[in-house]
Amino acid sequence: MLLYCYEARKGISQVEQRQIEEIRTIIATGRILTAESDRYSYSFDGSFGTYLPDVVVQTKDVQEIAELVKFANRELVPICPRGQSTSLSGGPLPVKGGIVLDLSVMNQLLEIDAEDLVAVVSPGVLTADIHKAADEKGFMYPPDPSSSHVSTIGGNLAENSGGPRGLKYGVTKDYVIGLEVVTPEGEIIRTGGRTVKNVTGYDLTKLIVGSEGTLGIITEAVLRLIPKPPASKTVMAIFDSLIDAGRAISKVLSSGILPSKMELMDQASILAVENYEPSGLPIDAEAMILIELDGHPAAISDEANQVSILCKEVGAREVRVPATQAEMDEVWRARKLVSPAIARIKPTKISEDATVPRSQIPEMCRRLQEIKKKYNVHLVVFGHAGDGNLHPNIVADKSDIEEMRRVEQAVTEIFETAIQLGGTLSGEHGIGTMKAPFMEMELGAAGLDMMKRIKQAWDPNNIMNPGKIFPEPGQKLVLSE
Amino acid sequence: MKRDSALDELRKELNYDKTHACVQCGYCLPVCPTYVSMGKETHSPRGRINLVKMVGEGRIKDLSVIEESLDLCLGCRACETACPTGVEYGAILEATRAAIVRRKQFSLPARIVRNVVFKKIFPSRKVMNLIGNSMWLYEKTGLQKAARTTGLTNMLPAHLGKFEAITPSAVSPLQRSSLPQYTPAKGEKKYTVAFFVGCVMDAMFRRINELSVKLLSEVGCDVVVIDNQTCCGALHAHAGERDDSKALAKRNISAFGQHNVDFIVNNAGGCGAILVEYDHLLADEPDWVERAKQFSAKSKDITQILALCGGIQGQARQPQRVTYQRSCHMTNVQKVTKEPLQLIRGIANAEFVEMTDAAMCCGSAGIYNIVNYDASMDILDIKMEHVKDTKATTIITTNPGCLLQMKLGIEREQLQANMRAVHLVEYLAEAAGISESSFK
Repeated sequence: MLLYCYEARKGISQVEQRQIEEIRTIIATGRILTAESDRYSYSFDGSFGTYLPDVVVQTKDVQEIAELVKFANRELVPICPRGQSTSLSGGPLPVKGGIVLDLSVMNQLLEIDAEDLVAVVSPGVLTADIHKAADEKGFMYPPDPSSSHVSTIGGNLAENSGGPRGLKYGVTKDYVIGLEVVTPEGEIIRTGGRTVKNVTGYDLTKLIVGSEGTLGIITEAVLRLIPKPPASKTVMAIFDSLIDAGRAISKVLSSGILPSKMELMDQASILAVENYEPSGLPIDAEAMILIELDGHPAAISDEANQVSILCKEVGAREVRVPATQAEMDEVWRARKLVSPAIARIKPTKISEDATVPRSQIPEMCRRLQEIKKKYNVHLVVFGHAGDGNLHPNIVADKSDIEEMRRVEQAVTEIFETAIQLGGTLSGEHGIGTMKAPFMEMELGAAGLDMMKRIKQAWDPNNIMNPGKIFPEPGQKLVLSE
Repeated sequence: MKRDSALDELRKELNYDKTHACVQCGYCLPVCPTYVSMGKETHSPRGRINLVKMVGEGRIKDLSVIEESLDLCLGCRACETACPTGVEYGAILEATRAAIVRRKQFSLPARIVRNVVFKKIFPSRKVMNLIGNSMWLYEKTGLQKAARTTGLTNMLPAHLGKFEAITPSAVSPLQRSSLPQYTPAKGEKKYTVAFFVGCVMDAMFRRINELSVKLLSEVGCDVVVIDNQTCCGALHAHAGERDDSKALAKRNISAFGQHNVDFIVNNAGGCGAILVEYDHLLADEPDWVERAKQFSAKSKDITQILALCGGIQGQARQPQRVTYQRSCHMTNVQKVTKEPLQLIRGIANAEFVEMTDAAMCCGSAGIYNIVNYDASMDILDIKMEHVKDTKATTIITTNPGCLLQMKLGIEREQLQANMRAVHLVEYLAEAAGISESSFK
């Protein structure tokens, strides 16, 4: 099994029987799962590793959650909030054992307020259900992670999820204006509110969003909505050189046009999709970019022309503008298929989300090609190129120890490169367990220390999702046993 | 990881290698009926795959730990349709169930029932005929009424009593023997097809089988009914009785192999699913795999052939609203999705309304509703809410299990007065004015 082994299993708590009895008295309306099969079923997420919790708790009741956290804080039992565990960074894994709190069941509230232009939601509501409810009333909730039909809004908030539309509309944190949070000491607090403007005190809302469940448990959120754009248009540009494709992205973005999505597929991903489900993609091309423009129909028609011209100027060999909705869907389907298609090349997929400033996109593309050659790894580049959030994915076979060592080195060099170019370790997946060893490289010792002090102030007993974000002494990236 | 040969053996037995294709993305969660109704990962597809993985890695030492989780899977395989990485969930499920069955000490009564049901009843047309005849006798002699009034039916094991009310009225032995061996095509012959009668369909839904043959003849098929065919073996495979399933597959391959036909046509989504996978079932038997491939390639659902031959022209007797409860195995395994809709939409004077989560299982799932009654009813209750929302008066189905379950749902909701459940074949025949009167 792939484990990010950092002396991991030391100091794991064992919840005692009397403690489970006490949990039973606290959770009056919910469920408590302790069977071995249940515990193993809450031991994983969409990333790596198996960590067995001692007990799984499900409840819809915020008072019960507050009491449960008070108990955990008093008894020093780790407690890990969890949505539907689609995380790619290990956020919900109970790495120190203890309690997994399954919030996917807390889905009772989804209210669209058309006058205040907000949605008020429980953490277990699926992101796609918010999209749908907003859409029905003529609004849009822009953050659109690929897993939105499975992921809960609570998980999106904890990890500050992004998605293709991040380029134009920003990410989860840009749409959260108020929260209800159970603190690690079991208090129920409200941050922010229902107004777009709010400068009363520290912005605890933004602090909680993206804190990966280490500072508290989100039990309700107020999300900002925007009017739904009336139309959209897609442009597909094909390149003989990946670096030219990178240049085209920079060129479009500096031309005064802001597309709603701008996605890159390199040759390896084009090939993988074509092998998986043939649809006539240009397999001899080194890259293609897909651009979506949204807004007033007349405006986007004009913008689509300009984008086509710009792409040709930097060397696109062909530009296509799908005329019908069906053709448009076909093009985006190819992009959606990249992830499953590359998983069929080799069984182990290491998905990274290192992100660089827009101006560095061509340079990052070049450096990724070098890394691919240098370590002889199966590296595929695709993703939300427009916002610098390239997704370099390495596919490998975890049973090949020698290959996995090379993958470790390649991943490390990808992180180093992103930071050298003024970028960041994670654009949208979060730090979790895997990227923790690289935190100091990006933040510096003093920067990381400030974060640790915030954690200590909020959670003096370190019971709230421990083992995440901050590296353990001597922790290194390890992908093999 | 430590290698030990016992664990290696177990891995092979469980199809452990196939679990690696699962990246635990969770895309299967929203489409899984048991995850939706039971609300925990233990009853989700990725949860079940993970449990198999944990056994294969020696972390879970005792197979009985994962037994309940796998038992409660409907086997609808909606997760395979949703899966982006192509995990062969069905193969993992059936291999693991077989491994559990092999190690399990069934209590003596359970062993006898399993033996009788799987080895004697389903495979034998004679015995299934006998059951059909007894059902007829049971109804006609007034025993049924007596049983109902005395509450005897409620004392039947495992809620069988609940099903007694919805099983179709059985046909007399005279009618039952009347499915002709050869029915010529009406008009110009387009294809020659062999009709797969199935065991449950034959014993309980002979009327639908008759109508199927007539519809096939109506659209231009010569229809032959081959004598020594047997049960498809699907229920055996799902219950972990793989060897029995293989034996039945071989009997069918031999029987149909002697006749030169264009297609082998069935009208039960669940049977059709294993018929198209006989080549997977017999993949490790070199003497059979080629013949199995030929058989599977010819095996088609009746809707495919009716659509291929141009469909059925007809109109509903009175204006009505209809909805369609898909057979999971037809959708997720046979991947037959367009033809039934095409045929339903082709009938005039009826409005077709799709229900919410139309592709989700109704909870019938072979004999799941009998062995896991409570779990099945929770799933059915969710389904019936969606059915009611459509305000349909007819629920169309394409598999006997689904048909019975929908009838049960209508009974539970006490909607008998203005809602009915039919097989698509019945619906089409009714609209085309084809009656069930015996063949001459």
